[in-house]
Amino acid sequence: MKSLLSKFAKNFLLVITCLVVWPGMAESAATSAPAPNFTLKSLSGKNIKLSELTGNVVLVNFWASWCGPCRQEMPLLNAIHKKYEPLGFTVLGINVEEQVANARSFIDERPVDFPILLDGKNKVSKLYHVIAMPTTVVIDRDGKIRFIHQGYQSGDEVKYRKMVKTLVRE
Amino acid sequence: MAVVVVVTNTASKALLLLLLLSLYLVDINAAVLPEDRADALFHSYDGGGVEITGPSILVRKGFGDSVSATINHYVDNVSSASIDVLTTASPYSESRDENSIAVDYLHDNTIMSVALTESVESDFDASTFSINFSQDMFGDLTTVNMGFALGDNIVGQNGNSSFNEQATTRNYRLSVSQVITKNMIMAFAFETISDEGFLNNPYRSVRYLDPTTPVQYSFQAEVYPGTRSGNALAVRARYYLQHRAAIHGGYRIYSDSWGISANTFELGYTLPFRTNWILETSVRYYDQSKADFYSDLFPFQDAQNFLARDKELSSFNSLTLGAGVSYELDNKTWRTFKRGSLNFHYDYIQFDYDDFRDLTQSGSVGNEPLYSFNAGVIRAFASLWF
Amino acid sequence: MKLYPNYFLLTVFLLVSGCSSTPWVKPYERANLADPIMSFNRDPVSSSYMAHVYEAREGSRGAGVAGGGGCGCN
Repeated sequence: MKSLLSKFAKNFLLVITCLVVWPGMAESAATSAPAPNFTLKSLSGKNIKLSELTGNVVLVNFWASWCGPCRQEMPLLNAIHKKYEPLGFTVLGINVEEQVANARSFIDERPVDFPILLDGKNKVSKLYHVIAMPTTVVIDRDGKIRFIHQGYQSGDEVKYRKMVKTLVRE
Repeated sequence: MAVVVVVTNTASKALLLLLLLSLYLVDINAAVLPEDRADALFHSYDGGGVEITGPSILVRKGFGDSVSATINHYVDNVSSASIDVLTTASPYSESRDENSIAVDYLHDNTIMSVALTESVESDFDASTFSINFSQDMFGDLTTVNMGFALGDNIVGQNGNSSFNEQATTRNYRLSVSQVITKNMIMAFAFETISDEGFLNNPYRSVRYLDPTTPVQYSFQAEVYPGTRSGNALAVRARYYLQHRAAIHGGYRIYSDSWGISANTFELGYTLPFRTNWILETSVRYYDQSKADFYSDLFPFQDAQNFLARDKELSSFNSLTLGAGVSYELDNKTWRTFKRGSLNFHYDYIQFDYDDFRDLTQSGSVGNEPLYSFNAGVIRAFASLWF
Repeated sequence: MKLYPNYFLLTVFLLVSGCSSTPWVKPYERANLADPIMSFNRDPVSSSYMAHVYEAREGSRGAGVAGGGGCGCN
């Protein structure tokens, strides 16, 4: 009984320590850090560099074909892309899978109007500290990250739309 | 979060409460409810003189993002000429209907599931209520499940309408599934079950040595304790092999207050091939040691307070070899549904008893051959995801 | 057997309290874990029937299949 109680005490302290040190992740956060630059090949074969899009509002969405909520989100992102593109906006869909074939067959079945970039080696995912699937990052015309959203649930596209609407007006 | 009452000592209760507290305070990502689906299964068991076949239909439908409901209808059509029946009764046919409804509710990281199951046959009614909490944590690498189930059984006896007994079962479950690497996941499960009430079978008998009869033995009704409590602990792992295949294994240990202790080992291999096909093979080994009050042959009448001769409570082992094949239907072939599959599984089980004797065979009393039999189990089912 | 609940809860507790600020398997690395062949309970109707086949003929019960794993998406 004594050894059990001391084990209990040690664990208790460990938990309290963890809880105090826990970084407290938010689902949605507003920031203003500069967006790390990257160059990725798209499904069409073209290379796309983020810095070349300065002056436009960019919505970067990290997705994978095996992720249910990502599949749900795609057509909604496409709608946002179509609506705001004339105002200087684009969506970039970054696929994080090693096998390009997965992204290709997914897009063949559900085509979208925005570029699909391939991050098979996960360099950009690591650069953007992607900790959830999907992750959406909105970058303003000056190349600063203004909005990060983790995951997708019905209704989140309203948040994206709001952010994009505000930023295209700047 | 509801408070789950666990029947262990104070330190465990405190640990469990702290666990609950830490779950509540740690909040990152949210979970997803299982996909909508419909399954239709045809099941068949044939072994030891018993044939049981029937359907099992399941439909799961989500309502919005937070709620998902499941209904299941299951039937057992029994035709029994088992060893027990042949020894002490006559072959019979009956059917058992089981219906259940379950609702899952998703809020942030937690899924709360509530289920109600009703099983009805001519001489046995069982109602079960269960509740389960599932929590995803730590970047969804860990899932903790805590559950409780309460079962109420009413035991009858065919041909004796005044026979009416009751039994209650309580289950407490705790399990953790943990992602180990990007190719491996493990799960640990613990369950404690306690029963009280009328726990034996009103038709079953035990035998005792009786020199006054030509066969040298006689029968008397079995007598079981009015309570039973058992604990089960299991560990399972699944490992992804390159170029798409998976291997899985598991071990479970069980022991209870009736003196039964059992071990279960499982190993399986899943191999997708040719785009739409999946092949599965598995092996399962089970062994158990008998209940304290079990005996194939008691020395005389009323030899003990408690008497059992149910082969389920004897010392025995079983080995199962199973194989199955699935054909995946993608939505290119069938636009209405997201996905579909056609499946067929066959399992061959060999049961070998160490202290239960086959009284249909000849032998001097207490030296009849030990009983053994094999059974074939078929599962043929179709699933649709929509 | 009385000790089992305590040690098990301790293990669960240690697992739960052993936290790190970021998961060691990143969400974009979960492709294999999200594959249906890696699910503990891919066909619930089939596995619950099989569990019933054994439970009806064996003296032991409990500690069946748990949930979890998969894509970890939200």
